[in-house]
Amino acid sequence: MLTKRIIPCLDIKDGRTVKGVNFVNLRDAGDPVELARQYAQENADELVFLDISATEQKRKTLADLVYRVAEAIDIPFTVGGGISSVEDVAVLLNNGADKVSINSAAVKQPELINALAQAYGSQCIVVAIDAKQIAGKWKVHLVGGKEPTDLDLFDWAREVEQRGAGEILFTSMDHDGTKNGFANAALAELSAAVNIPIIASGGAGTMDHFTAAFTQGKADAALAASVFHFGEIGLNELKQNLKKEQLAVRL
Amino acid sequence: MKIAIIDYGAGNIQSILFALKRLGVEGKLSADAEEIKTAQGVIFPGVGEASSAMTKLRATGLDQLIPTLQQPVLGICLGMQLMCRSTAEGNTKGLGIFDVEVKRFSPALKVPQMGWNTIEKLKGPLFDHIPESSYMYLVHSYYAALASETVAQTDYGVAYSSALQKENFYGVQFHPEKSSQLGQQLLQNFLQLCE
Repeated sequence: MLTKRIIPCLDIKDGRTVKGVNFVNLRDAGDPVELARQYAQENADELVFLDISATEQKRKTLADLVYRVAEAIDIPFTVGGGISSVEDVAVLLNNGADKVSINSAAVKQPELINALAQAYGSQCIVVAIDAKQIAGKWKVHLVGGKEPTDLDLFDWAREVEQRGAGEILFTSMDHDGTKNGFANAALAELSAAVNIPIIASGGAGTMDHFTAAFTQGKADAALAASVFHFGEIGLNELKQNLKKEQLAVRL
Repeated sequence: MKIAIIDYGAGNIQSILFALKRLGVEGKLSADAEEIKTAQGVIFPGVGEASSAMTKLRATGLDQLIPTLQQPVLGICLGMQLMCRSTAEGNTKGLGIFDVEVKRFSPALKVPQMGWNTIEKLKGPLFDHIPESSYMYLVHSYYAALASETVAQTDYGVAYSSALQKENFYGVQFHPEKSSQLGQQLLQNFLQLCE
């Protein structure tokens, strides 16, 4: 049976992990490669690297990092952050990334999704969507949630699917950082609206939140950062708990 | 050991090279018929769309070469699907090594299937030291039907071939290079067949 996936997310700036990381047995918790290796050993199903650097060196630094991660780990990983062209994607995939995630660039030039799907196949194109509710409507936001758009979350999700996205990474800005649980109602609606896998993101605080994202939210995968980085939730412990709740997981 | 990886612009080759390197083997990316023929083992990778992949293989004559190879050959993902008789993706004729049809998953399912699923009813040397119901990483929208060549099967709405074998030709739908320790074991088993 296809399992529900648990995906730790690593925020990267200038080749280093950004958010505080609390792993006692890591020599260098700021080294994304070492952290990735640790998560892979703990049965993470996939990893996401989100690059937030804004320097001119950004592209080369990220490409180097992707190469070193691919060399070190044997589970799939996705790379996102500022990707805006077919050339950007070519470099990352050639260096060993399994999937790329595009966000603002997809909204600004939706035909990029078609171009990427045609060039590399839908299976490696993740469209990340950040959204929050405005007057009861889920609206897509850009620039990490700072810039609102007129796009409706569900309409946009259907469009990216039609254009060839292979997966959607949905972050609820209303839930991100709250540790109060994922946006389960919106997730379930999203899952019904499209026929491609949905990764839930934003709001993980407890193990039960993950269970709810899968049972109520119908998500195919759940992503989190700080609960894993600070050791608040262990990956194996989380998966044991999901299994107890009758969800298929890889242990 | 000399392992050739067939080069036809098929995406994520780097991960396969790294996986071989972790096993102490330097893979050689090649489109050269002589080099491929003289390798001890051949890996036929593939990511992307079937009809354009076949067009690339035909343009270089690799479509003629691959079915004549005598050493162990391992097709991965789209590589395995292209070794079949035909695929519904782009209504494409395959290499015909496996007499198997490749079909699209039902629209009632989420497509692509993406993630870790179990492999069952394991047969043959590729699965030495790999337990029944092991998890492997899969990403695909099309599947090879069950056939007499099936050596592993997986269930996603339908039971299908997650591995095929005929003589020296092996194919796996999953990505052993991305399937953690058990994927590495499978690659190691393949390398042993090449010795």
